[in-house]
Amino acid sequence: MAKRLDIKDLNLFYGKFHAVENVSLAVPPKNVTAFIGPSGCGKSTVLRSLNRMHEVAPGARVEGKVLLDGEDIYASTVDPVEVRRTIGMVFQRPNPFPTMSIRDNVVAGLRLAGVKDKKKLDEVAERSLRGANLWNEVKDRLDKPGGGLSGGQQQRLCIARAIAVQPDVLLMDEPCSALDPISTLAIEDLITELKKEYTIVIVTHNMQQAARVSDQTAFFNLLGVGQPGQLIEVDDTEKIFSNPGQKATEDYISGRFG
Amino acid sequence: MNDPVVAKRPAGSGDPGAARGVAAAPTASEAPIPPTPEAPETPKAPHVRPGDRIFRGLATGSGVFIVVLIGAIGLFLILQAIPSLGLDQINFLTSREWNTSDPANLRFGILDLLLVTVIVSILALLIAMPIALGIALFLTQYAPRNLARPFAYVVDLLAAVPSIVFGLWGLFVLGPVLYPFSEWLIDTLGWIPIFAKGNVNVQLGGTIFTAGIVVAVMILPIITAVSREVFDRTPRMHIEGAIALGATKWEVVRTTVLPFGKAGYVSASMLGLGRALGETIAVMIILSTTSAAFGWSLFDGGATFASKIALAAPEFNDTRSAGAYIAAGLVLFVLTFVVNAIARSIVAGHKEYE
Ligand SMILES: Nc1ncnc2c1ncn2[C@@H]1O[C@H](COP(=O)(O)OP(=O)(O)OP(=O)(O)O)[C@@H](O)[C@H]1O
Ligand SMILES: [Mg+2]
Repeated sequence: MAKRLDIKDLNLFYGKFHAVENVSLAVPPKNVTAFIGPSGCGKSTVLRSLNRMHEVAPGARVEGKVLLDGEDIYASTVDPVEVRRTIGMVFQRPNPFPTMSIRDNVVAGLRLAGVKDKKKLDEVAERSLRGANLWNEVKDRLDKPGGGLSGGQQQRLCIARAIAVQPDVLLMDEPCSALDPISTLAIEDLITELKKEYTIVIVTHNMQQAARVSDQTAFFNLLGVGQPGQLIEVDDTEKIFSNPGQKATEDYISGRFG
Repeated sequence: MNDPVVAKRPAGSGDPGAARGVAAAPTASEAPIPPTPEAPETPKAPHVRPGDRIFRGLATGSGVFIVVLIGAIGLFLILQAIPSLGLDQINFLTSREWNTSDPANLRFGILDLLLVTVIVSILALLIAMPIALGIALFLTQYAPRNLARPFAYVVDLLAAVPSIVFGLWGLFVLGPVLYPFSEWLIDTLGWIPIFAKGNVNVQLGGTIFTAGIVVAVMILPIITAVSREVFDRTPRMHIEGAIALGATKWEVVRTTVLPFGKAGYVSASMLGLGRALGETIAVMIILSTTSAAFGWSLFDGGATFASKIALAAPEFNDTRSAGAYIAAGLVLFVLTFVVNAIARSIVAGHKEYE
């Protein structure tokens, strides 16, 4: 549970296109790390490389290392499917499986891992839904399709689905960008809650959100069109927002970007 | 078109604000007047652009045309069939005899035609459905892109092979190849009625078994093509959701692609079934005709609706005999309609995926 991630000299490619260059970064356990930066600078690309989702894109390639408690998830002996079972992911747009009931959605990961015991599954479903602050809203309709929930509820359902397998790390790619302010607040509270047990990396375009939920912030930038994105700096969130080390960071967070 | 005032308006004023002003003015002046017969008319003059009108006219026209066409075909079949049905000496729906050589003494019943048609089609469907599913999944989920394209092209090409070629291939190539296998099935599983020795010579291969396999090959491309399209549309975000949960390739297919594509696959299969029911030339060439009744064996011969009608073309100069065949055609027409209706209800039942 709650392992640390160490990213070492990571270079990411889509075919011939060099998308992200030389990223090195440490993500401590039980801690929230925020990725911020302008559109297209490679935040999602880096995030997706942390649970080997990057290689799902055709022609995508990875150079460098990502160490999960010291073990390289890109080592040739490691099965990407196993990596994804221990490093969960929540996407920008809520994506519950539409034909599955709410309960089946939550335990989908456990089912994939071969858990069949009905009692155990029900237990995990309840625990995860409580963990995602969704239990009270859905406890009477666990057998209804997950697609019937509101956007914010669907996103919390996806979080419940991701934490049901008790991952070592939880990755979130702009989890609130499709949500209203109230749902956003609910999810931010949830992140603060989840931090006690999980290592979290979150991509966000919302500066206030990064400031509110994260402990450390990494700023990515793009020097020019067609150039690879780069990690400009990473530091405690407080420091980044009050006294960043780089001019580019300051310009970006104060809105004087570009 | 019949209302030049409305049609002229958009042409006259390029500025939509001006047009809205013109429309709004009379409304404003009428507002204080209590409801008059004219009042309800003001809201029903929404501004319609000529492009919209023309397109709507064309679309409605095409829709009406196809409905009228189908209605006309049905009406034609019914009108032509009724006189002969009146002359029929035996029960049309439940008799197995078919004798129209003497127009003065028509004896025709469709039971065997119906059974042979349905059995050939179902056999074809049972063979084609799993294979098409496999090919469609392979092409969309497993095959590398540079292989998937040419492979899909080859499958599509199958659809372009003329019926008659399939018929000849079935009779001269597949029939003889199947003979030892058919013999073996009859010897070992003959105690099951559908594998019993049939009413035609197996060695010639003109059996329902051969015809079913050939029709399966013929409907394979349509089922594959439609299923492939549907599977390809599985939302990327659901596939990624499954992958991120640690699903293997097959688990991704099972949790997202199949539930998403199920309804499309079923309707693709029903499309295939529709084609199988109406397949004519290939079946006509392959199936050995026989005067013996259909005995529920795959190694029987006989005729389907379509092949029976095609074989009888020489008799059509007598309207009474021709009417008997048209009545058979009518049943085929209804049968395909029913199949389509069932397909539709199945698809409607799976609408929850959005
Ligand atoms: N599947 C892909 N194939 C090819 N290029 C891609 C693919 N996904 C992303 N890219 C490219 O990689 C670069 C980084 O994209 P990425 O999605 O990581 O940016 P981002 O920082 O997440 O942007 P945003 O804030 O808009 O989400 C962009 O130039 C993008 O066009
Ligand atoms: Mg992104």
